[in-house]
Amino acid sequence: MFSFDERVIPLDVWITSFVDWLVEGYRWFFQIIKWPVDFTLSGVSDGLQAVPPLLVILVFGIIAWRVSGFKLAGFTVGSLLFIGLLGFWPETMITLAMVFSSVVFCTVVGVPFGIWAGRSDRFNDLLRPVLDAMQTTPAFVYLVPIVMLFSIGNTAGVLATIVFALPPIVRLTSLGIRQVHPELVEAALAFGATNWQVLLKVQIPLALPTIMAGLNQTIMMALSMVVIAALIGAGGLGAPVVLGLNTLDIGLATVGGLAIVLLAIILDRITQSMGTKKKN
Amino acid sequence: MHALVIDLVQESRTAQKCAMENNMEKIVIKNLYKVFGSDPKKGLSLLEQGKSKDEIYEQTGLTVGVQGASFSVNKGEIFVVMGLSGSGKSTLVRMLNRLIEPTSGEVLVDGEDVLKMSKAELVKFRRSKTGMVFQSFALMPHQTVLENAAFGLELDGVDKKDREERATDALKQVGLEGWEKAYPNELSGGMQQRVGLARGLAVDPDILLMDEAFSALDPLIRTEMQDELLKLQDRHERTIIFISHDLDEALRIGDRIAIMEGGRVVQVGTPEEILQNPADDYVRAFFRGVDPTGVISAGDIVRDTQPTVIWHTKEGGPRATLEMLSNRDRDFAYVLDSERRFLGIVSSDSLRDAIDKGNGKSKLEHAFLGEVKSVWDTESLQDILPLVASHAWPIPVVNSESIYRGVVSKNRFLRTLHRAENGSHFEQPAA
Repeated sequence: MFSFDERVIPLDVWITSFVDWLVEGYRWFFQIIKWPVDFTLSGVSDGLQAVPPLLVILVFGIIAWRVSGFKLAGFTVGSLLFIGLLGFWPETMITLAMVFSSVVFCTVVGVPFGIWAGRSDRFNDLLRPVLDAMQTTPAFVYLVPIVMLFSIGNTAGVLATIVFALPPIVRLTSLGIRQVHPELVEAALAFGATNWQVLLKVQIPLALPTIMAGLNQTIMMALSMVVIAALIGAGGLGAPVVLGLNTLDIGLATVGGLAIVLLAIILDRITQSMGTKKKN
Repeated sequence: MHALVIDLVQESRTAQKCAMENNMEKIVIKNLYKVFGSDPKKGLSLLEQGKSKDEIYEQTGLTVGVQGASFSVNKGEIFVVMGLSGSGKSTLVRMLNRLIEPTSGEVLVDGEDVLKMSKAELVKFRRSKTGMVFQSFALMPHQTVLENAAFGLELDGVDKKDREERATDALKQVGLEGWEKAYPNELSGGMQQRVGLARGLAVDPDILLMDEAFSALDPLIRTEMQDELLKLQDRHERTIIFISHDLDEALRIGDRIAIMEGGRVVQVGTPEEILQNPADDYVRAFFRGVDPTGVISAGDIVRDTQPTVIWHTKEGGPRATLEMLSNRDRDFAYVLDSERRFLGIVSSDSLRDAIDKGNGKSKLEHAFLGEVKSVWDTESLQDILPLVASHAWPIPVVNSESIYRGVVSKNRFLRTLHRAENGSHFEQPAA
C-alpha cells in the first residue's frame, strides 16, 4: 500500500529555487515596482508628520462634518485627540500614510481591473481564482518573498498590504459594473454611444456607490494588515502591538490595538458616508 | 377627448394614404434571419433544408429568432409589429439598428444597407437617424429628467446650452414642462415613459423604434400615451416602428400591422385588411375576442343604396323629389350639392309638409329633417352605433372631403355584427 511516507512532489524546493532565481536575476525589476510606492509613501508620511497635529485633527474634523455631520466630526476629533494624548501621534501618522498609499495603489490598479472583469466574462473567470488566493493565502506566506525581493521596512509593509487589500475593490467594481441594468447599456448603445461613452456615462456613474463600498472594504483590510506589516519592520501603530507581544507588555499591546480600532472606525464611517452621499 | 382621438386617427390615416401614394419606402427589410447560438450559419443552412425552428433547436441547440422576414415600411407611417412573446418581434426591431447583429439579410434605410456599415458609420446612424423607446423606460437613474432627455444629444457632442434647449423643447412636446430638474424615480410610470419619448424625440430622428413602449403602463395611461403619440405624429411625421403584443393597441395606432409568429412574419397589412382577410389560423386566433365594432369603420360597410337628389335653386324641387320617392317606394332622399357633398335628408312626410306650407314656392331645404348628422367613413362602428340606433333613417357617410359615400342602415349594421361574431370573415367593403 502507498502510505505517503515519502515526498513525491518537492514543490517547496521548486518554489524556493524559483524565488532565489527571481531575487538574483530580477531584483532590479522589483526595485522599479517599489519605487513609486516608496515615493508616495514617504511623501505622504513626511507630509503628515510635518503638519502640526492639531491642524490634522481639524482637517479630519471638517471632512467628517462635511460628509456626515457634527456627530461624526465630534467622534473623529475626540478620538484623534485621545490617540495623541496616548502618545501615539507619530505612529498614527505613519499608519495613516501606509494605509493611504496602499489604498491609492489598490484603487489605481483595482478599479481598471474591476472594470475589465465587469465587462468581460472571460477575464472575470481568469481573475477570480487569483483574487481568491490573494484573500485567503495567509499573509505570512508571502511576507518572506516580499522581504527577499523588497527588503524590510515601511515600503515592504505597504506592498504586503496591497496584496491583501486589493481584492475587495476589484470584486466590487466588477460587481458594480455588472449590476448596471443591461437595458441602460442597450439604451445608450441605441442612441449611438461608443464603448467609452457607455463606460464613462452609464456604467461607472451607476457603479460608483458599489465601487465606494469596495474602497471602504479595501481601507478596512489595509488597516487590518498594520500589525502583520509591523512583523517585517514596518512602523506605525503595528509596532507597539508587536513589541508588546514580544515583551509580554499587555498594556502597550492593548493601547496600540485601541488606537488602530479608533482609526479604523473613523476611516470606515467617513468613507461609508461618502459612498451613500453619492447615491442620493 | 374622444372626438379628438377620432380626429387624430383620421388624420394619421390620411397621412398614411398620402405616403402610400408617394410610395416612399423608408425602411426595406429583405430576408432577415437571426439565429442565436454558437454556430448560426449551421442553423441557417438547416433552415434552408426546410427544417423547422423546433427541429433545429432539438438537433443543435440553436435558437431561431427571426426567419426570413421581408417587408417595407413607408415614410411617415406607424408600422406595428405584433406577436406573442417569443415570436421574435423584439429581436426584429433590434436588428434594425443592430443592437442585435442579424445572421443574414438586408436592412435598407433610405436605400443604404445598415448591415454593411462600419462601427463608426453605425454610431453615426444611431445618433442621427434613429431614436428608441423601451418597455422598461431605461432612463438613467443618476441623471435628471432634462439630462435624460438630452442624452442622445450629449453622446453626439452637442454643446450643453444647445442640447438643453432642444431637450427642454422635447419635454414640452410630451407635456413635461417644469419637471426638468426632477429625477426619474420621482416620476410615475407614465411620466417616466414621457421622458423616454422625449429622449427619443430630442435627437429629431427620422425613425422612432418603440419596443413595447407602452406595455408596462396601466391601461388608462397607455391609451393616453397612444393619443399623445398620434398627436405628435400629426405635428411631425416620423416613421415609427412600434412593437406590441396588444392587439387593441396595434389596431388603434397602426397604419399597417405586421404579425409575427415563431420568428416569421405571417401577414402584413392595414388593420382592416388583416381583420377581413386573416392569412391563417394563427392570425385568426389573434383576433378572436376582438370587438369588431372597434375595428370596422363606417367606410368599410357603407352602401350607396339610397336615392339621392342634387340640390338646385329652382322652385318645385320638393314636388319632384316626392314624386321620385313614391315611384321608388322609398321614405328618405339624401340631398347633395353639385359636387356630391352631403347637405341633408328629406322624407316623404317632410316634403309633404313643406309643399303644404310653401304654397308652391317651397324649396328643398325647407323639407330638411332636423338633427341629421353625417359620419366620417373612418369612424368605427362603435362610434356610430348611437346614431344608427337612435334615428329612423340610414346614417349618411362622408369621406374626409365631405363627399357623400352612401349610408349605413340598421339592417346592415346588425348583419355585419352577426357575421363578425360567427366567423372572422367580414364582407368585403363596398366598392
